[in-house]
Formats: sequence, C-alpha cells, structure tokens
Amino acid sequence: MTQYVGQAMPRYDGIGQVTGTTKYVDDIVLPGMLYAKCLRSPVHKGIIRHLDLSAAERTPGVVGVLTAQDVPGQNIYGASGDQPVFNPDHIRYKGERIAAVVAVDEDTCMEALEKVKLEIEEQEPVFDMFEAMKPGAPIVRPGTTHNLHEYMPGMTTRVIKLGDVEQGFAEADLIIEGRYQTTQQDHAPIEPHVSVAYLDPANRLVIHTVSQCLYFHLSQLVRVFGLPMSQIRYIGGTIGGGFGGKNDIHADHVAGLAALKFRKPVKYRETRREDLRYSGKRGVFVMEYKTGVKKDGRLVANHIKEYHDTGAYGGFSAYATEKCGMFASGPYWIPNILVEAKTIYTNKVVSISMRGFAIINGQSTMEIQMGKIAEALGMDPWELRFINAWRDGDMGASRYIVRGAGALEAMKKAAELAGVQLPAHLMAMSSRRR
Amino acid sequence: MKKKGVGMSCVLHPTGNKGAGDPSQAAIQLKPDGTFALLVGAVDIGQGSNTILRQFAADALGVPIEKILVSNFADDFAPLCLGSFASRVTLIDPHAVVNAVEDLKRRIREWVANEWEANPEDIEFDGETVYLRGDRERRSMTMDQIAAGANFGGGYNPGFLVGTGAWQPAKFHAHDPETGEMPAVGAISFGCCIAEVEVDTETGVVDVTRLVQVWEVGKAVNPLLVRAQINGGLHIGMGYALTESSYPYWPTEDYAPEKLGDYFMPTFLDYPPELIYGIEEVPHPAGVQGAKGFSEGSSNGPPPAIIAAIHDAIGVWIDTYPATPEVILKALEAKKASE
Repeated sequence: MTQYVGQAMPRYDGIGQVTGTTKYVDDIVLPGMLYAKCLRSPVHKGIIRHLDLSAAERTPGVVGVLTAQDVPGQNIYGASGDQPVFNPDHIRYKGERIAAVVAVDEDTCMEALEKVKLEIEEQEPVFDMFEAMKPGAPIVRPGTTHNLHEYMPGMTTRVIKLGDVEQGFAEADLIIEGRYQTTQQDHAPIEPHVSVAYLDPANRLVIHTVSQCLYFHLSQLVRVFGLPMSQIRYIGGTIGGGFGGKNDIHADHVAGLAALKFRKPVKYRETRREDLRYSGKRGVFVMEYKTGVKKDGRLVANHIKEYHDTGAYGGFSAYATEKCGMFASGPYWIPNILVEAKTIYTNKVVSISMRGFAIINGQSTMEIQMGKIAEALGMDPWELRFINAWRDGDMGASRYIVRGAGALEAMKKAAELAGVQLPAHLMAMSSRRR
Repeated sequence: MKKKGVGMSCVLHPTGNKGAGDPSQAAIQLKPDGTFALLVGAVDIGQGSNTILRQFAADALGVPIEKILVSNFADDFAPLCLGSFASRVTLIDPHAVVNAVEDLKRRIREWVANEWEANPEDIEFDGETVYLRGDRERRSMTMDQIAAGANFGGGYNPGFLVGTGAWQPAKFHAHDPETGEMPAVGAISFGCCIAEVEVDTETGVVDVTRLVQVWEVGKAVNPLLVRAQINGGLHIGMGYALTESSYPYWPTEDYAPEKLGDYFMPTFLDYPPELIYGIEEVPHPAGVQGAKGFSEGSSNGPPPAIIAAIHDAIGVWIDTYPATPEVILKALEAKKASE
C-alpha cells in the first residue's frame, strides 16, 4: 500500500494555475452584470455634514447608489464588529467607504463619483500611537474617552506573567534593554480584492468570494444582509494570493448589497491603488525589551512592553497583541516573564492579519535583542541560543507546556547546511532533555 | 565600500489560534464508481491544502490517491473550516479528514455487514477490498462493488455512504485576567535562518548574498510544498527586513504607494543568489502522522538574521524595520558622529 504523506507531489490544482485555465473571481463575467465603485473619505477624520448623490445617480448608465440606509441588516462588519460598511457620520480614516455607485461599467461609476457633493467637517486626526495615548489626544472612536482597546471593561493593558520578573532581574548579571519598531507591510497579492454577487433562480444571494476564511465571513455577511445562512450561497476556495489580507471582508458586502438592491449581477473590485492605500495592512508594533541574563548565558528575566497600532478599527488586533506577547520571548526557556501589551487606535487604515501575524513582530525583535545579549556577553550567538532553547516540558509565557520542541534540531541542521562548525557540546544537546 | 557580514536567528511559529477552540470539519463520500469525493472547508490560498488533505485521505483509506477528488466549498453542503490562517490547516484539517474516513469506514462496515448478515466488527479493510474476517474466500467485495451496490441499489440495499469528521486542538481557553495564563496551544514549529549580506556604505543598499533557512515541521507531508513555503516566506521576510513600508516617509503619506511598482517588494532578482533550505522533523504528538503547521514562520526568521548580518558588516544594530538605504546611511552617520 502506498504511503502518500511524506511524498513530494505536485499541487493538485497546479496545472490549471500554470496554464492559465483556473477561473478566479475576476474572470467571472455574467450577462447584464453591473459594476460598483465606492465613494471614499478624502479626509482622515471628520463628521459628514452633507451628502448629495443625486447628480451621480442621474449620470447616464448609473443604475443607482448605496449608502448606509441601503443596508437591510446591520451596517456593521469586521472581526471586532465595529466597522460600518458605509460610514454615515464619523469618519475615522482616509479612504473609508461612505457610499457606492452602481453602473453599467466602472468608467461610468468613476464619472458619477466625481459628481457627488460631499461636505465633511474635518477634525484633527492622530496617527502616532504614542501621541494617541497622551491625555487630550484626538479621540478615534466617537463616544469613548481614550484610544486604548479595553481587553475587559476598564482593562487597557493585557498582562501575561510567568514567575517573578523583578526577582529574575535581581539574579541577573547583565541587563540589556532595547526598543524596536516593526514595519507596516502590504499583502500585495497578485489578485486584488474582488467579489461577484447575484440572485439565483430561487432568489438566493450567490457570492463568489476571495475570502481566506469562508465561515468567518459568512457569519459577518448574514448580519449585514439580514438573511439566514440558507439564503446565501457563498462560493470560494480559489484565490489569487491572500497572505492574510483576505481574512477580512473587503468586497463581498458591497457586491452583495448591490445585487440585493438592484437584483442584477454585480462585480465590485478594488483597484491596486485602492488596495495599496485603503485596505488593511500589517500593523506596526513597538516592542520594548528589558532582558536579564546570567554570565553563563542563561536568560532569567524578560520584561516586554508591547504597543500595537490597530488603526481606525479593532479588526483582529487585540488578539494579535496578546498572541505576540505570548510568544515574544522566542523559543527560549525564561523562568520570569512579564508582558504588558496595549492595542492603540489611530486614524490610519485598519491593521489586519498578514503572514506571520502577531508572531513575526515578536520574533523579529527578540532576536535582535538576542544578538545584542550575545555581543554584550562576548558569547557566540549560536551558543546563547542553544543554552536557552526550549526543551520538551518547558513552559512559555502564558504557561503553555512545550511539546515536540525542535529549535535545537532546526539550528543543528541549519549550521550543517551553512557549513558552520558547531562545537561538540552544542551538537550533543537535544530538545528531548536539558 | 561594500562590507560583508553574516547573522543568524532562531524563531518559532505557533500552529492554530491562541487559546484553541478553532475547529475544522471534513466529509467524504463514496461515489457510485468507487472513487471518493473529499469535501473540506479549507481555502487553498496557494499553500497546497487541497494537495496535502488528499494525501492524508489516501493514506487513511488505503486507496490510490487518483481515486480521490478534493472539493473545497464548491457547493452548499460544505464542511466548515475556521479559515486558512494561523498556519492551522496542516495540524487541524488532517484530523477532520482522518475522522471522516473512519466514519465512512464504519458506515461501509455496517452496510456490508447488513448484506452478509454479519457483525460489523468482523468486517476488515485491505485497501480497496472489504472482507469478512475468517471467510475472505466467500465474503469479499471490492470498493467498486460496494459503491455500485449502495448507490444504485438493484440487488443490494440502498445506502448513502458518507463519513464526516471534525477536530480542534482543545476547547477554547480565555486569558486569565490577572496572569494572562492561556495554556492551550496547538503546536509550535521552529526555524533557524542564516543570512549573509553585503552592505554598500555609500548607498546604504543591502544585498542578501546567501540565505540558509531550516524549519522543523513535525512531518514534511509534502516536501515539495514545504520547500515552496520556506523559500516563499523568505519573500515577505526580506521585504519586511529591507524595503517594504506602506508609509515610506512617515509621518507624511504623500509618498504612499499608488501602484505595485511604487511598493518596494523584493523580486526574484533580489533573491539571494545562494538560497539553501532544509527540513527537520520532530513528530508532534498532536499531529496526524506528526504533522503541524509552520508556513507563516518562514517569514519570521529572515528579518532578524539579516539585521544581525548588517550589524556584523557595519557594526550597528538597526532597531527599526525596514532597514532601507536611508536608515542604514543615517545609522552609519550616527556611528561616525559618536566615534
């Protein structure tokens, strides 16, 4: 009997992709299909005082417009349940959707959008998360008094602690401090956000999606449309790159609302410019480390202050802040850890998941910290990692037990492939025992 | 002047949602001709989930892989998968597939036992042959015969032979508000990266000349796809380390990218001329055949290895990503001023 797991096999769906026969969502063109384009806020923060879509609506070729009033269910989506599909009043970031124009083609949509009369009372935005934390800073979320996410009512810092970090610093021979900032990165998949929606002969709403997580999004969409799941046929599974960017809804809500209102097939797709400027990005983290170490290289304490910029809405950011903190001490046994993590609102685009979500931020900064520690100790950077690497049964920051540890095995193999000669006492180490 | 340096990093990547509670489902149907339709909820975002879930199904069924069709959410009746994120699919979905196959086998046993007036517990599988223990000569059917019999009835009892399965690493566990305790973690993968760079001290441009990356993946379900993930993740890691920012001249947004050409992602021309990957396997106790997810992690290791290599080359630590030429030149100026 053949054993398939472990075999190098070509991708099941690879031939279609390399020969150009795979059908992606944007390849779908239906008879009588309409197109939608969105009116986006030209300002970072403000209050909509006047919106007149009548001239846009009268443009030849325009079928109609959509605003918050056209949402049959709740005008809310997003992982935190706080984003309006169409913002009716308080703008929180530049590029936020206010309305949509639906027409026979995209050029007509663009022509109509130029005729929209929009008056926004501009307000002072805040972009920097440390500015946003200061008293008197502009408030990103109307109706709140500060810009910090509350993990529980009144709790603006997520604390994760193991052991006693002060005692750990007292035992340390050396304390190294570092402050690091990570980058705001775009997913930039080949396929921008796109959706096609129509009503089937049984009057059910059909949506062809590029979602990376169908049920997550279906659960949000049924609320927007005010329909039971049985009235939506949500078809996905083939996407032209996601990298985490398609864990948030970017197009299905607009296409679906348009199809419901105008009862015609509708395609809504973002341009590359819209995607680059206004869709969610990898959020910026600032990580402050204070790490205590013994002369022999053993890590004894790690105090991490973590700041995560979520942008204008919550998204998955608080989850990511916590997950980052859980793993930001790297694959190392450190008996005393204290993480103090904050998620901060600013008037920027929403921070969303991206490959390495929540983890790359901690790993990419803690490892610079490890480099500095090795330098300060005058120790080989390999040796520092080998001494501290997790063994089975070690415990991480949030008190998870490490099973199937493999950092030492990965390092040994990498050293071998790179031609690095590691000393015998390191090569003798195993993740199975300390 | 071009200065050379080498740096290393050791990083992790957890599999699945923190706190667990993140299930996937699968279903498998015996079609009338003896082939199988495997329905999964996982979205194939390029990582190859359809490919590997088919491999797991073939092993669990003991049939040639060509007999299995995979469909992910192509129709109304579809299993749920929380999503293709958190490197969770390779840990979680194979359990759902294996459970679905076991469920299907149970239904086949029941159907066959009913035909033979036997006890389902006495029905054995040998690849595509199903037989009665102790009486294989007289009581034996191929999967094709069972499939035709159950689906088309005729001289047999009709049956709809479908198996379903679901799995998650653990029930959801919230953070303890005081200590942040959250013990449930699906699995953790480990990576090591070694980068060699050349830093041009006049232009500030960093070239990655050699990169070695190894991931400990539990079980390399499909080494071809593991290689693709290790070397593919490098792309996002290199951009993160050296060039990519949505606000290149923060705090003004005037130069924010408008088209793909404005956004400085690495291209294949920026890939290290010498690119070496390696796979290590420590079977994970929670995984089917030891498998766990790792793919996102391959972006985590290159950035700090590159920063360490830059430090080795020019003697300064860069604390702000990305290490653009501007950042490098400013760091060199600051170093010169302090000397």
